[in-house]
Amino acid sequence: MSNTTATDVSSRFFVREHHPENGTLLGFWLYLMSDCLIFACLFATYAVLGRNYAGGPSGAELFDLPLVALNTSLLLLSSITYGFAMLEMQKKNLRLVLIWLAVTGLLGCGFIYLELYEFVHLIHEGAGPQRSGFLTSFFALVGTHGLHVSFGIVWLVTLMFQLKKHGLTPENKRRLMCLSMFWHFLDVVWIGVFTFVYLMGVLP
Amino acid sequence: MHEEMTLTKLILGRLSWEAIPYHEPILIGTFSMVALGALAVLGAITKFKLWGPLWRDWITSIDHKKIGIMYMIFGLIMLLRGFADAVMMRAQQVLSFGDSTGFLPPHHYDQVFTAHGVIMIFFVAMPLVTGFMNYVVPLQIGARDVAFPFLNNFSFWMSVFGGMLTMASLFVGEFARTGWLAYPPLSGILASPDVGVDYYIWSLQIAGVGTLLSGVNLIVTIVKMRAPGMSLMKMPVFTWTALCTNVLIVAAFPVLTAVLGMLSIDRMFGTNFFTNDFGGNAMMYVNLIWIWGHPEVYILVLPVFGIFSEVVSTFCSKRLFGYTSMVYATVVITILSYLVWLHHFFTMGSGASVNSFFGITTMIISIPTGAKIFNWLFTMYHGRIRYELPMMWTVAFMVTFVIGGMTGVLLAVPPADFVLHNSLFLIAHFHNVIIGGVLFGLFAGINFWFPKAFGYKLDEFWGKVSFWCWVPGFYLAFMPLYVLGLMGVTRRMSHFEDPSLRIWFIIAALGAALIAVGVAAMLIQFFVSFLRRKELRDVTGDPWGGRTLEWSTSSPPPDYNFAFTPRVHDNDAWADMKKAGYTRPLKDFLAIHMPKNTGAGFIISAISFVVGFCLIWQMWLLAVVSFVALVVAVIVHTFNYKRDYYIPAADVTRTEEARTRLLESHV
Repeated sequence: MSNTTATDVSSRFFVREHHPENGTLLGFWLYLMSDCLIFACLFATYAVLGRNYAGGPSGAELFDLPLVALNTSLLLLSSITYGFAMLEMQKKNLRLVLIWLAVTGLLGCGFIYLELYEFVHLIHEGAGPQRSGFLTSFFALVGTHGLHVSFGIVWLVTLMFQLKKHGLTPENKRRLMCLSMFWHFLDVVWIGVFTFVYLMGVLP
Repeated sequence: MHEEMTLTKLILGRLSWEAIPYHEPILIGTFSMVALGALAVLGAITKFKLWGPLWRDWITSIDHKKIGIMYMIFGLIMLLRGFADAVMMRAQQVLSFGDSTGFLPPHHYDQVFTAHGVIMIFFVAMPLVTGFMNYVVPLQIGARDVAFPFLNNFSFWMSVFGGMLTMASLFVGEFARTGWLAYPPLSGILASPDVGVDYYIWSLQIAGVGTLLSGVNLIVTIVKMRAPGMSLMKMPVFTWTALCTNVLIVAAFPVLTAVLGMLSIDRMFGTNFFTNDFGGNAMMYVNLIWIWGHPEVYILVLPVFGIFSEVVSTFCSKRLFGYTSMVYATVVITILSYLVWLHHFFTMGSGASVNSFFGITTMIISIPTGAKIFNWLFTMYHGRIRYELPMMWTVAFMVTFVIGGMTGVLLAVPPADFVLHNSLFLIAHFHNVIIGGVLFGLFAGINFWFPKAFGYKLDEFWGKVSFWCWVPGFYLAFMPLYVLGLMGVTRRMSHFEDPSLRIWFIIAALGAALIAVGVAAMLIQFFVSFLRRKELRDVTGDPWGGRTLEWSTSSPPPDYNFAFTPRVHDNDAWADMKKAGYTRPLKDFLAIHMPKNTGAGFIISAISFVVGFCLIWQMWLLAVVSFVALVVAVIVHTFNYKRDYYIPAADVTRTEEARTRLLESHV
């Protein structure tokens, strides 16, 4: 190194261009994984408490599978429509993005409506969350998922306003991607809930 | 009349004048001290017209350096509170023998030991560790800030407001009387119907959000924002340990959130997660909270291992011995920390095979830790050791931590644990590793990085006074507890009958008094250093002959950290640069893209505090209103699209030229 000039030494040690810092998607993914762990705890709790009926009703007696199947299909469909919104985003078609987002939101609302209907129905039957360890962990798991979907809907509406105001800017595209991950993530969790709680719950 | 009652209840919930503990002289005394102190501070801020600068430059700041400093200040203030609790416990256990009941009734004593544990872990150790990671990591990896600067500010304020909720319980209502992990059924609504456990839950939930988000933030920062050339295996060890710690945070804190959420649902709505009847299972709580709790131990200690690694290699003026093994040891500890949680309750009765599994994993985890100790020793071997304050703390750590580690391995043997479980032996063990490990490391770090953060070194004399009080004080305070534990004394006792135990408690109290002198000496050290700041000034930016990139900037670093992004060729990047004859670039500065300050983090956190307070006191109406306000505040914040600005090239040039002049005037 003895014969290099000062500028050479500096160029060995510095870059002049700004180096990129786009960590949002990774960060959001990490957040989702942490959220996934909250669900993991609720699933584990359900696994431990799920058969503690305390003399109360069991899943086989309570669950209305056709209703839950309808509910499930609404949520799965909403994931597909969100996918369509993302495709339109790639094509830079703001109007169709908004339409597909609206459809997604409505399907989400339908899902929440059916879930609340189920909850109210259960509570009227005397199978509220206080009844047994099974029902406590059931309401906690399904309810937490429902809360997530509700927040997803609030976010979706907010984002639609922001899209209307600012258009498909890089920030808004990034936000659409994050919400997309969030929405699909809730779908995946629901598949777990549907299988583990409802389908396995009605087994004798 | 009846309707009026319900309206009051709707607005005020459980809160009434009876919640204010005006009949407890200790609390009234504390309250007047705190109120006087607060008035003095607020008065001083008003008198010197500091409200504007305080808001603009600190509260709303998203500069990782300022947030790091604020975390440290928060942690040190809470240390005083947590330490006051410790002194009260030591005094009570000395006084309360035989006919004497001491000065703390059990009702109060139980709150004191719970608050001590909660505050020391969540609001002292966590903020101090997070503060270091915030301050140092971006500088070590050659970045200008963290990946999500706003989130960083928000995380900080969530931690602070969580801590403030715990503090509020001192004067409004009461704190939990359950021990720091609030096991049900004791923490259930039947055994603890008052607000104490609710304060516990909501303080930790609010602070937990902050911790989790800061974990996400730092992982992304380390993964995405390293300077060009800094591959993973060229990262400084502190950054490595910070990465592993934040992975642990993201993988552990959601479990705490979930389990505390379940406990609060049980308490609020009478559900049956952890109740004794209707199919609840209290052991589920104990399992879940330790699945968070054990990694938490490593969340605290791993970054401190990083600090020791930096200190040892710097003060021995040589490269760290066994860098690769150090990294692997850190990663192995990270993974193993998830496989040992059951050793906290071998007595649960899970059977021999389960207990053996967790006993063995616990013993295995001491292997990578031992490897680290040897790496530090081999770094010192044939090194040119300078016994400055950080190095002194490091040596004290190595001796003390090894003792604590060995008693830990003793406890890892299930049959031994059956005898020692919940005894003072356990208390001595974990204070041995947390004080001897985490706290000594934090003190090493404070003395090491203080000149970087403030531009002058800490006063050495008072630092040594503090050191020589703390270290023997620690041994005096905790070695007797090992003895008492072996004699069968259980933890959390406010009264003893057997007078033969008393001598050990007296020795322990003397130790606590010595530590108190150490704490005072440290405060004096800060004050004296501030007065002597001109003499102690660090003009070079590299007062210790550092090896990593943070020492290549000025002390304190400019807002943008690095005028040009450094290019890295070696693990000890700065040592490599110095050796290769690097020169500071003096011209052609460019404008620098930086994030803009915002008050949103403070406002959202403050509203969260109100939501938490309303939920604790079951003020349903206000809870709903403040929750809606919280959601609205978050949404309003998302409509802010103007979050960055450029520092003009002229400003950068001016800052850098000032440094050039400073360096030239001190050659």
